[in-house]
Formats: sequence, structure tokens, C-alpha cells
Amino acid sequence: MTYACRTVRVMGAPLTLALVLGLASCSSTGSTSSTTTAAPGSTVAGATPGTAPASTPGSTPGSTPGSTPGSTPGSTPGSGPGTISGTAPKLSTGASVTAADKQAVVDTYAAGVYASYVAAVASAEELQADIEAFTAAPSQAGLDAAKKQWLAARDDYGPTEAFRFYDGPIDAPETGPEGQINAWPMDEAYVDYVDGNETAGVINDPAAFPTITTDVLVQANEKGGETNISTGWHAIEFLLWGQDNNADAPGNRPFTDYTTKANAERRITYVSLLADLLVEDLTTVRDAWAPGADNYRATFVKDPDKALADVFRGIGALDMGELAGERMGVAYETKDQEDEHSCFSDNTANDVKNNALGIQNVWLAAYPGGVTGPGPRDLVAKVSPAVATKTTDELATSVELTSTFPMTFEKMIQGEDADPGRTALKAAITAIQQQGDSIAEAAKALGLNVNFETD
Amino acid sequence: MTAICLALACSRSDPEQASRAAPGATGGSTTATPAEGSQVSAPSAQQLALSGGEATVFDDSKDAFARSAPNLTSEERAAFSVGNNFFNDNWVTAPASTDARDGLGPLFNAQSCSSCHSHDGRGQPPTKTTDPELGLLLRLSVPNPDGGAPLPDPVYGGQLQDRSLTGVPKEGTIKITTDEVVGTYGDGSSYTLLRPRYDIVDLGYGPPAKDLMISPRVAPAVFGVGLLEAVPERDVVAATDPDDANGDGISGRANRVVDPATGQQALGRLGWKANVATVEAQVTGAFHGDIGIASKLVPGQECTATQTACNAAITGGTPEIDDAKVGRVVFYDRTLAVPARRHVEDPDNAKGAELFTSIGCAACHTTELHTAKDGPIAALNGQTIRPYTDLLLHDMGEGLADNRPDGLATGTEWRTAPLWGIGLTKTVSRHTRFLHDGRARDLTEAVLWHGGEADASQQRFRELTAEDRRRLISFLDSL
Repeated sequence: MTYACRTVRVMGAPLTLALVLGLASCSSTGSTSSTTTAAPGSTVAGATPGTAPASTPGSTPGSTPGSTPGSTPGSTPGSGPGTISGTAPKLSTGASVTAADKQAVVDTYAAGVYASYVAAVASAEELQADIEAFTAAPSQAGLDAAKKQWLAARDDYGPTEAFRFYDGPIDAPETGPEGQINAWPMDEAYVDYVDGNETAGVINDPAAFPTITTDVLVQANEKGGETNISTGWHAIEFLLWGQDNNADAPGNRPFTDYTTKANAERRITYVSLLADLLVEDLTTVRDAWAPGADNYRATFVKDPDKALADVFRGIGALDMGELAGERMGVAYETKDQEDEHSCFSDNTANDVKNNALGIQNVWLAAYPGGVTGPGPRDLVAKVSPAVATKTTDELATSVELTSTFPMTFEKMIQGEDADPGRTALKAAITAIQQQGDSIAEAAKALGLNVNFETD
Repeated sequence: MTAICLALACSRSDPEQASRAAPGATGGSTTATPAEGSQVSAPSAQQLALSGGEATVFDDSKDAFARSAPNLTSEERAAFSVGNNFFNDNWVTAPASTDARDGLGPLFNAQSCSSCHSHDGRGQPPTKTTDPELGLLLRLSVPNPDGGAPLPDPVYGGQLQDRSLTGVPKEGTIKITTDEVVGTYGDGSSYTLLRPRYDIVDLGYGPPAKDLMISPRVAPAVFGVGLLEAVPERDVVAATDPDDANGDGISGRANRVVDPATGQQALGRLGWKANVATVEAQVTGAFHGDIGIASKLVPGQECTATQTACNAAITGGTPEIDDAKVGRVVFYDRTLAVPARRHVEDPDNAKGAELFTSIGCAACHTTELHTAKDGPIAALNGQTIRPYTDLLLHDMGEGLADNRPDGLATGTEWRTAPLWGIGLTKTVSRHTRFLHDGRARDLTEAVLWHGGEADASQQRFRELTAEDRRRLISFLDSL
């Protein structure tokens, strides 16, 4: 078999992606089973959704991520297009999985992880710029723009959560910044005023915290030991939206909190430092996955068996323990109106969808920037085609269900079990649990013993 | 009754014997070996691996302590998941949007259960005063003038809370100083232990009582408590030998403590001094004392009368955690699986296991217990478990003494610590600090600190060859 070199336009991905992917090789022909080192592991296909190479084993038409409206990975507004070319490595033709097959899947995954973080950093940088613009001359329009970009940036970050749970760069013990990036619940009264306590928080306590520095924020975080309290996405969310005391709408922090409200300057400093820290942390993670460097990725791809277990652990734990369990199951059971992760902006339903997309991205090996290649689905299809197809279909169902929630998450969890919201949420939870079982089955088919619970 | 105690005390020394003998059966000699024609054979390697019976999980990764029992129903699995969430996630300052999760403090040691029990594992002592919360706390008390159980310090209360909400002074910081203790093995080689001394610095509320008693306690690993709770009380009590009637130098006393759910005295099973009766009491007590979260069972805030800012702080409501969520966290703790023993058939480990019994460790670190058949959680019922504890109090000598009574426990008594999973501490908790205050830097040091009733066994350990000492530790590492 021969692959034609293709030149494609990369949607939204920065130019650096071309270097990253290392796709100079357009020469792949025949089986890669005898050339373990040749597989570049990834290619850029698909500026158009649904154009994954037809030769990818087990590919199911219509199930490629990006086919869901609005979910095209990497479509960050404003970032420059790049042009790169590449070729899809393919798996061996037999019904067994070879070492080269695993290597190809792991290489593709590593390239996909990098591309995903490239997109996440790019949109976080835009958020940083919007916050800088807003705080330089606070206005309602400026605040609205920053909020809009926060939501857009979450769409890029959400899918990357499929790269957690195996002590990779994002959540390695001691060094992983996950807690600093995405800690929840947010200790809002530690940061700023809240309903019932106008003088709460570091921002309103110049006596204890004369100057607000990154050190102050990080120090506060370290106090929590394993978990963290006052930085990251949700801290920024709180400082943009404010508390959500409305049943039907997100928080509505007045922009005058940044002009005439007490400690407005300190608030500006706090939110600006949070944005800087977020970009810095995400950049560190991105760089750990950069190609051609002496970094985590270099080690990761050298041990494909372990890497493959990590790949499954990542999507399985996000699916079962985190998504079906902690994020959806807990809220479904407790019915606590604010037991939702993006509670200030009411973006929780999107968070859920983005996680589901992240799992699908990994399974199909279809990543932001059009990075694609052989994925876990293709590997499983070699040994257990039925499991591969079932899993692919179930993932598509979950993405569909989580993309079409009838109302905000906080409203969905309320009421009786037979109410439309709880019915829709329950259906999504069940679908995600079911696909988790299938992912476990798929891992087992590959001889992997993977635990899907969070710690 | 005496005869039964005697019989069991004898059989306790021999795991194989214990496994064969039904409660109340007459035991053989302490040196009995499996007799030919014995009706019940010794446990197979496969059985020995199942530390938690059917609630065992085969996982030697950093998640080894964090798995649910494999035999839960899907509904129970959902409950486990909710409990896991409230175990892991931070509590925050009240009032907050997440009002189901606010009420932290005003004084506290940790923001979540997992701060100290990271990955459901074991805490460790700080190495410097600026270390973040790692899972060591100090129980504080003063002698009771009436001679009863010790009382909380009048100013600082029952434990030192080294963190607080903004606007509320924290109580102080733990400062640990260590002295070296040098010893020698029978083969002439020497070792060095570290004996810790505790001070409280940065005192937030002036000097504590002059006769203040301090008892350091490190956060233990969480898994398996549901199984220990499910061991019938009569089995635990049957193994006691308070007056050492069998003359083996080992007493074994049951603690009796108040169960907050009933207000009645109950057998103490959990905690370093068997000072807690149930998992529910453990969970609600820790929520209250360690995180500052009030429940129906343990209401109010951990502020003494003189701590005015603490008393004035905004609370997260009454209670701060409701019964349903307490129930989920309790269920979670109860149903955490026990990791399987590894490398059972490795010759060194097998030899180490023999040594463990022959030098007397198994006299207290009971190798086999059975859970009741009729408990509320089916997955835990009727299990043969290998926790390596008798759940009883033993005098461990002056070296380990905290000199602080707790229930019926004296200042030198400690509960036999369960040993299951101990070899995975390094993998899960990323350290190897053992004993009640984490003073031992590895398992060998932990053995060497044993005194009192365990002194003879400890001396026998020191007299072993280096090779046999290594085998014994290798066995412990396989647990």
C-alpha cells in the first residue's frame, strides 16, 4: 500500500506544529511492521471533518471527532494557519498486534497530546491577552470579551483531561500542575468578597497580604497538600463572573469591581497573575510533550507497552472514575445545585462534553490541528473487531448525548428522576459508564490490566 | 472462659494452627507444625495472596490502596464514587457557591481527607516547620484530676490545628527535633534510629497548660477498615489475655471507647490506640477535628471558649456535612479494597514468613481473621482476611510510649498495627515512614523500635543473620 503525500491546511494550529510533528517523511510504503523506527506516528489529515484516511483499520464513517457541530478541535479563532504535510503510518495487516503497531499508536498519541496542548496554550494566551486588555481599561465589553474567551479556551482544555491519571506531565506527583490549573471546588471566599462577607479574601486583606504576587498565590495553593484552592481556570472564572446566585443564569460580576469597587487594583493584579500562571503552567506541560526534545515524551514513546497502558488508563479513568463518577454521578446523586464544576459561568455541561470529546479523540486518534494516525481503536480492531466497533459507536453516542443536554447542568440535576433534565443526565451517565466498560474490555483484548478509578 | 483464652492465645502464635482451630477449639502447642493427615491443610499460596478475601484487588501501582472492592454491586459502586469525591475534594471557606462543600475550619489541619491520606495512603511527619500538611497531628490533653480519661487542653482543645481561615490565628506549628539512638545487631553490625521530640512553636493563643500531654499520630492508610470493623467482637475479645494467663509475655487487651452513634461503650478497633469504635466515628471525628466540618454526630466547631475569632467565624451551616454524605464517605472507606500480597512463593519471602512466626511477631500480628457473615455490606461478609493484627492493645515499652492514656489504653500501649499492604507504602505514599508518629525510616527500623511485650521478638530479630533479617523484611514488603 502506498500513501500519497498530502498537503493540508491546519485549522487554527500555530506554525510551530509543523516542526513538532516532524513530518518530513512522506515515504511510508508497505507494512510498517518491519520498520519499528520509521513510523512518524502521525499525519495531518482532515481539514474537513470525517476525512480520516480510509485505510485506517476499523474506521467507522461518521464517527470521527469533529463531526459534532462546534467541536472541531483546534479551531481557535485568531491563531494563524500553518501548512504541513504528512503521511499516515499504518498498522500491520495480520490479526495480531506487533511491536511496531504499538509504537505507531503511541507515536500518534504523543503527537496528538502535543497538538492538543498547543491548542490549549494558544487559547489560554488569548484569554491572557483579553484579560490584560480588560484590566487596562475596564468596561462591560472588555469583561464580556474575556468571558467569551474563557469559554472558548475551556473547549480546548477540556479534551486534554484525557491525558491525566497516569502521572504524566499534567499530574505527575510533586511537579504536575493539574491542581494549580484546574482545582475544584474553588475557595472563593479565600480569594475575594462573597455574598455575606464583603471583606473576605486575599484581595480584601492588604494587612495580611500587602502585595499580591504569584508567590502569594502559589504559596496558598501549596497549603492544601495534594489539592489546591485559589488558582487556575475556576479562580479566573470566579473573578470574571462572580458568584452565581441566580437559579437561571450564570454569575454577573459588575465590571466596576475593577474600577470603583474596594481593592479594584488588587483584584486586577490577582486576575492578571492567575492568567499568567495558567499560561505558564500549560506551557510547561505542552513542552514536556514537544517532539525532538529530551523530555517526558522522549521517554514515553520508548516504552510502548507501558505507554499504551497509560493511554488506556487516561481515557478509562477520565471516563469511569472522573466523568461518570465524580463529575456527573456525584451531582446527580447529591442534587446540590452548585455541585457543578464551572459553577460561576454555568459552563459545566460543556465541560462534560469536552471531556467526552477528549476520550473520543484518543480512541480514534484524531486530534486538534488535524493530527491523526493509528489509534487504540485500530489496534483493538485487529484483535477484537466487535469490541472496537462497539466502543466506537458508544463513544459517538456519549458525545451526542453530552452535546445535546436540554438545559444547564445546575438545572438538570434538580427535580424528580423522571424530569427531562435528570433523565437526560442519567442517560449520559449510563452511556459513559457503558463505554467505560467497553474501553476496559478493549484494554483487556490488548492484554492490558488497567484500573479506571480515580485515586 | 479462661480455658478458651488460653487455647486461643496459644494458637495465636501459629498462623496455621489458628487457621485450623475454630474459636473455642483447643489449640496445640505453639510450635506445632502441620501434622500429616491434618484435616484442613495450610493456606495455599493463592489463599495467602488474598489479604482481604474477596475484597482483595490485584494492583501494585500507586492506586493500590484506592480501589473499590471488586465484588460491589453497581449501586454500591456509585455510592463509592460519591464517597471518593467527598474524600478527595477540598472543603472551602463559608459562605461559598459550593454550599455543600463549605464550612472549612475555622481551625483545621487539612482541607480534605486526601490531604493527609493521599491516594488513601499513609501520612508522614514533616521534616521542617515550613512543610505543607503531610499527615501528622498532635493530640493534646491534660491529666484528669478525677483520674479518668485525659481532658482536652483548656486553651488549645484536643488537638493542635496548625492551619486556620484568614482572620483566625492558627494554634501553632509542630517542630520536631530528633536524637540518634545507636544499637547493635547480634552479628556486631550497628544501626541508628531517630527518636523524635515534639515542640509547638508559633503558639497562637499563649502558653498551653503546664502539664500538657502530646501524642503524635500519623494518618494511617485507609483501606481495609470495613473488614476490620466486620470482625465479630467476640473473636477479638476471645484473643485477649489481659493478665498473661498463658505466660507468653504478651497480654493483649481490648480497648473500650464511646461510640458517638449510640453514646454507649463499645470495643475500640481503629486508630493507633484502638481508640475508635467504628468507621463512622472515625470519619465524623476526623471531619470535625482535622477539617473543621460539623456533622450531626460530631456537631459544633473545634473552638475552645477563649478562641474568640474561631467562635465568631462564619460556619457552613448546621450540620456542614449532612448524614447522607457522611454515609457515602463511610461507605467509601469501608469498601476500599485490600491489595493482594505479592511474590508469595518467592523462597526468601516464604522463609521470611516462617521467621515472622518463629520469632513471635505473629503472636500479635495475627495472620488470619474472619468477618461476620451477616454485616450490612454483603461484599465484606464471611471473608477470611489476613490483616496481621489482633486489634488489641499491647505494651510497647518506654521507647514508643506517648505516655498519654486513651480510653483503656495506657501511655505505653498501642494497638497492633495491621500490616497488610505495608510493602506498597513506598509506591503509594512515596515514603517509608512507619509507626504511630512516622519515626521509623524503613521497616527494619520499625521492627527495631518494638519494646515491651514485643521486646523478646525484637531481640530475636536482632540476633538473626543479616540474610534472615533481609528475608523477614522481604516478607513484610510482600504484604
